[in-house]
Amino acid sequence: MAEPLLLGGREWGSRLIMGTGGFRSLAEMEAALVASGAEIVTVALRRVDPAARQGSPLELVERLGLFLLPNTAGCYTAREAVRTARLAREAFGTPWVKLEVIGDDRTLHPDPVELVVAAEQLVADGFTVLPYAGDDPIVARRLEAAGCAAVMPLGSPIGSGRGIDNPHNIRLIVEQSSVPVILDAGIGTASDAALAMELGCDGVLLASSVSRADDPAEMATAMRLAVEAGRAARRAGRIPQRLHAQASTAEAGRPALG
Amino acid sequence: MTVLVNGEPRLLEPGTTVEALVRTLVEEPERGVAVALDREVLPRRAWGETTLRDGQEIEVLQAVAGG
Repeated sequence: MAEPLLLGGREWGSRLIMGTGGFRSLAEMEAALVASGAEIVTVALRRVDPAARQGSPLELVERLGLFLLPNTAGCYTAREAVRTARLAREAFGTPWVKLEVIGDDRTLHPDPVELVVAAEQLVADGFTVLPYAGDDPIVARRLEAAGCAAVMPLGSPIGSGRGIDNPHNIRLIVEQSSVPVILDAGIGTASDAALAMELGCDGVLLASSVSRADDPAEMATAMRLAVEAGRAARRAGRIPQRLHAQASTAEAGRPALG
Repeated sequence: MTVLVNGEPRLLEPGTTVEALVRTLVEEPERGVAVALDREVLPRRAWGETTLRDGQEIEVLQAVAGG
């Protein structure tokens, strides 16, 4: 059952990738990261703040032995995102990047045009690119053609907790993709993560649903189990949905007692 | 001379290197810190030999929770 996730030329035991945004404290983040079982953790890049003295997420990620995935959160153009990715490579010594190019600060939807341009440039520059994308199958196809190591469609807007708005599109993306499909953004609770895996996604990336939960570590446990359960259900092959009942007990041998 | 450091104008002694400036902001910049000078990545190996000039813009970045 525990078939590893093949992503970026490496094998991963966990199919849950954790974001780090929104935690109330570094201690809560640590407890949640441990409970999630995640191996890959994404962090953002910002100006150093000498006044801020509340421990560094980098230190935590390294202490827990997790794989650091820098992201380009907050970038609005391909140029900004490419520069941010190169800075992250310099800072952390990794060519992996979660590519985010936002089109709008109200929806936080990706800008598909800038995203594809940035992906092409970063792939050409040797990066392992994991792009946060919309749920448009055509954009997903363009990202795969650009050489991305995965496609990461949103379920619904970042932090909305709405789950998967358009499961049909996620299925279309899964059906056509030969790189891993990782559902990124919109997860609200465990059943959303399970659904993503039941739809055939190879993994789930989430942050807010855990970091802003009343008990982040407990929710992280729920997400770990949900991703495993959804994956198992997908592999097991669900029964079709029917309008009418289908008896589970044989008609033959029914006694005459009426 | 004045250099824009993370968006704030800062008076620096002529001849200040990127390395010296970064060390005023971060105690241990050996890992997890990146520098953009006039919007281009400045590799770590070049920090020590790069002298800042009046009017330049420098961004000194590190990992934060997010994304």
